[in-house]
Amino acid sequence: MSGTYLGMPAFPTAAASSTQDGRLRANLRYATHTIRDKRAKAVAELDDWARLRAAGAAVKDRTLRHLDHYLEQLEEAVTAAGGQVHWAADAAEANAIVARLVRETGEREVVKVKSMATQETGLNRTLAEAGISAYETDLAELIVQLGDDLPSHILVPAIHRNRGEIRDIFREQMGRWGRAAPEGLSDAPGELAEAARLHLREKFLNAKVGISGANFMVAETGTLVVVESEGNGRMCLTLPETLISVVGIEKIVPTWQDLEIFLQLLPRSSTAERMNPYTSMWTGTTDGDGPRTFHLVLLDNGRTDTLADTVGRQALRCIRCSACLNVCPVYERAGGHAYGSAYPGPIGAILTPQLRGTASELDASLPYASSLCGACYEVCPVAIDIPEVLVHLRERVVQGGKVTRRGVKTVLKPAKGHAAERAAMRAAGFAFDHPGVLRAGQRLAGRTRRLHPRRLPGPGHAWSDTRDLPPVPAESFRDWWRRTRGEEQGK
Amino acid sequence: MRVALFVTCINDTLHPDTGRAVITLLERLGVEVGFPEEQSCCGQPQFNTGYRHLTEPLVRRYERAFRDYDYVVTPSGSCAAMVRDNYPRIAAEGRDSRDLAEAAARAVPKTYELTEFLVDVLKVTDVGAYYPHTVTYHPTCHGLRMLRLGDRPRRLLEHVKGLELRELPGAEECCGFGGTFAVKNPAVSAAMGADKVRAVRETGAEAVCTVDNSCLLHIGGMLRREGAAARPVHIAEILAATEADTRKPAGREGSPR
Repeated sequence: MSGTYLGMPAFPTAAASSTQDGRLRANLRYATHTIRDKRAKAVAELDDWARLRAAGAAVKDRTLRHLDHYLEQLEEAVTAAGGQVHWAADAAEANAIVARLVRETGEREVVKVKSMATQETGLNRTLAEAGISAYETDLAELIVQLGDDLPSHILVPAIHRNRGEIRDIFREQMGRWGRAAPEGLSDAPGELAEAARLHLREKFLNAKVGISGANFMVAETGTLVVVESEGNGRMCLTLPETLISVVGIEKIVPTWQDLEIFLQLLPRSSTAERMNPYTSMWTGTTDGDGPRTFHLVLLDNGRTDTLADTVGRQALRCIRCSACLNVCPVYERAGGHAYGSAYPGPIGAILTPQLRGTASELDASLPYASSLCGACYEVCPVAIDIPEVLVHLRERVVQGGKVTRRGVKTVLKPAKGHAAERAAMRAAGFAFDHPGVLRAGQRLAGRTRRLHPRRLPGPGHAWSDTRDLPPVPAESFRDWWRRTRGEEQGK
Repeated sequence: MRVALFVTCINDTLHPDTGRAVITLLERLGVEVGFPEEQSCCGQPQFNTGYRHLTEPLVRRYERAFRDYDYVVTPSGSCAAMVRDNYPRIAAEGRDSRDLAEAAARAVPKTYELTEFLVDVLKVTDVGAYYPHTVTYHPTCHGLRMLRLGDRPRRLLEHVKGLELRELPGAEECCGFGGTFAVKNPAVSAAMGADKVRAVRETGAEAVCTVDNSCLLHIGGMLRREGAAARPVHIAEILAATEADTRKPAGREGSPR
């Protein structure tokens, strides 16, 4: 990994190499199975889970339908509470706003707490180009940053690393960024945590500027909410003089009563906890407590376009719990990096091609990164029908169609490289709609059965490389029926 | 009660034994089954790969083929799920959707997967079958999560004389077939299949059984490639087998070569 998703290969290519990585497969299998079993138990404790899930989906849908209204309400409330609101249409604009705000403070260092939105926009690179060092303070994000790596999971960004790898990264890299790892650091979790604590404490106490994301924004009061396990987020949110929060516009909930639903859905779905250890909430600025200056950067970056798609918009309900990643058999084998985006796994496969479009080979391959097994839909706490959106996006890739890009309705051309498939699908469609043709094909296959190759040519070799082809029977069912029952049944 | 068999294109072409087993089984249970020859494919490969518009004629064809029947029974969880879950969606997005929507509305309520039809409509769990083998059951994704078959297949298997059911570790995990997924993402598909096959071997069962031959095509292909003893067998073929059956025990033997 080189610290950027740019220029990544299409999913099948990336996944082909990651599935060969035995250590990665073992790390992922252990971690995802542990967390999925715990989640199932935590969810089973609530007898109203199905109703909570429906309520979560309904609140999100209603909010998204009136997103303009709630965003304006939020802006008003944040401003009234002493904060400043900035609107960013895309990643470049968001990064430019943040870089300018940091420069205006005169500081050259910032602490960050995990913000998927800034991972999405690639903020750290923009800051580095502006001569500003950004320190990730979420433990897993710290591991990823020190290793010049990329996150591979929404909740556990360093899920692909084991303890031994983390110890090596700490030993080799911590000194370059600040306080070095203690001599003789072992891979014991306690020692690793202590090394991270000492390294980060220095950053927290020196930082004058903090950058965060938010899990939720409550429109009625302008309150932002961060849900976390470590307490590092609270340090970032309360110690610096200036706080800049970069948040996707879909993270809004209208009222505190709505928030109640999501504070039940999120912890159980993500960490399998009844409640997460730290829930920090802040509303603008408060005299004598916390940051003196608060900026909220509201990020669109493809979200309004996604909202214009009546099938695909349900992806915006996502509360980033990562339950879909932890049950996904494809994610478990391929790993998060193969998805080439801050959003890996099933939700990434439907969110990324909507936020970024399907023009690149990678983005066009993401809707196919699923066997449509449906496990992701079953666990999603806000009932996003991920398989439905995957198939919808596949149609967009192979057929093109109407989409909205940057607020303008356009007609998308079909993606390249599907011509042979399209021809085969049409031919099959013709045969299936003309049973006489189908029957002729079956008879030909039956008569030539002893000539069939063991390995298939062309794209079919992917099948026969690892599986034997089934033998073709001498007689199809429909021929058997006609031979044995045809007369008595008329035809 | 007029009942039609929807054999599905995969069974029609590659697994006619499964279709014959459904006929044998239903007739044994006193049900007269018809096979309208206008039927073809449910359209799942096209729909799931992104060619929704190519499925529109197939929705119309399906409705037309089975118009004169009260029930359509199919030995395929995924094809039943295709009709029930996706035909209304295809109609909703269709260009001249009124007749499509009407076709879907007529097709959906009469379509049953075989085990559903046995348990819910015929209200039987003991179909008088005899199958003296150890069997492990893989609940296919579409049977499990789209059709919500629940324990229906297991209840049927538990009543089969001579059959010993072995628990499959990680049973609810996808086998990795996924239609064109197996071709588009071969590495991941093969990795998923390898884990499924390992689980099947761990059970030591003589046969692995599902409600869908498409998953068995993949699992069975890997078992054959590995030279494993376990053989793939469709649940219809187990349920159709009886003590009086003088034929070879159901289940696919090796390649005819």
